[in-house]
Amino acid sequence: MQLRNSSSRYGLVSVLLHWLVALAVFGLFGLGFWMVGLDYYSNWYRRAPDLHKSIGLLLFAMMLLRLLWRVISPAPAALASHDRLTRLASKLGHGLLYVGLFAVMISGYLISTADGRPISVFGLFEVPATLTGIPDQADLAGLVHEYLAWGLVIFAGIHGLAALKHHFIDRDSTLIRMLGR
Amino acid sequence: MLKKTLAAFALGGALLSAGQAMAADYVIDKEGQHAFVNFKISHLGYSWLYGTFKDFDGSFSFDAANPEASKVSVTLNTASVDSNHAERDKHLRSDDFLNVDKHPTATFESTAVKSTGEGTADITGNLTLNGVTKPVVIAAEFIGEGSDPWGGYRAGFAGSTTLKLKDFGITKDLGPASETVELILSVEGIRK
Repeated sequence: MQLRNSSSRYGLVSVLLHWLVALAVFGLFGLGFWMVGLDYYSNWYRRAPDLHKSIGLLLFAMMLLRLLWRVISPAPAALASHDRLTRLASKLGHGLLYVGLFAVMISGYLISTADGRPISVFGLFEVPATLTGIPDQADLAGLVHEYLAWGLVIFAGIHGLAALKHHFIDRDSTLIRMLGR
Repeated sequence: MLKKTLAAFALGGALLSAGQAMAADYVIDKEGQHAFVNFKISHLGYSWLYGTFKDFDGSFSFDAANPEASKVSVTLNTASVDSNHAERDKHLRSDDFLNVDKHPTATFESTAVKSTGEGTADITGNLTLNGVTKPVVIAAEFIGEGSDPWGGYRAGFAGSTTLKLKDFGITKDLGPASETVELILSVEGIRK
C-alpha cells in the first residue's frame, strides 16, 4: 500500500489515521463514560481521567495532522456508482464528524483548563490553558462535552452502518477502500 | 408645667429603654463581602480541604443585652461553591454532592439561641441543604460591634457546625475520614 492517496485509492496514512481516530473516539467515549462513575478509592479514579485527557489531546494532534494530510494528499474521487445525493450526504456527514470531533475535544479541554491549570499528557509534557474564566466554564463545557460526545458516537455509529450498507446492500467498494484496497 | 415635663421625661425614658431592649436588625455585608461561608473536610484523613460559597445573603437581629432573642437567616447559592479547583467544583455541583440543578439554594433559619457563656451562644436552626431540612446547632461567638468609619454600625460573629454528609443525602463515599464537613461562618452585619 502506498503512503499517499491516489485518485481511486486511500493510501496507508489516511487508512491508519481513519482507524486510529475511530479506535480513539470509541475508546475515549467508553473510558469517559466509565470513569465518571468510579469510586473515590478506585485505583483508576485519578488514572482514568489522566488517560482520557492525554489520549484526547493526542487525538486532537492526530486530527490536525489528518486535516493537513487532506490538503497534502486529497481523498480519492467518489465512486462512479454514487449518485449526487449520496455524494452530498457523504460530504455533509464527514463534515459533521470532523466538526463534532473538534467540538468534543475542545469542550473537554475547556473543562480541565477552566481555572488556568494545564493538562499533562502522560506526564511527558503539558498543554497550557488558553481560554479561562468564562462564567461557569467547567460546568458549561462539561455539559457540551457530554451531549456532543453522545451525539458524536451515535453519528459515528451511523457512519459505520452506512459503510456496511454500501458493502452489503449496494455491494460497492466504499468500505473496502477504507482498508486501502 | 413641671408635671408635664416630668411626664415627658418619663415617657421618653420608657421609650428609650424599650428601644434598647429591642434587637436591632442587621443585613449581612454582602456588598463589602465581610462575610464568609467556608467549609472544611478531611482529605483521606491526611489534610484539610477548604472551600467556600461565594454567593449568599442574609440578615440577623441582635441585641447584646438580650442575645437569646437574636435571629438569623441565611440563603446561599449552592452553585457558587469554590474550592480553588474548577474540575472539583464541577464535581461538587453534580448530583454526587450538592446537586445544584435540583437544589440551587441552601438555607439556614434560626429557631432558638441559647447563651453558653460570655459572648458565645448555640444557635439552633433548620438547615436545608441538598433538599434535606435538618436541625443543626451552630456554636457562635460574638466578635464585636460598633460604629464603622463610614457612618454605619456593624456587628460581627463567627460560628461553626459539623454536618454528616449522609444526613443531607450526600452519599458519595469519600472515605471514613471524610464523612463529615465543618461549616465555618464569619458574618458581619450592617445595622439597617
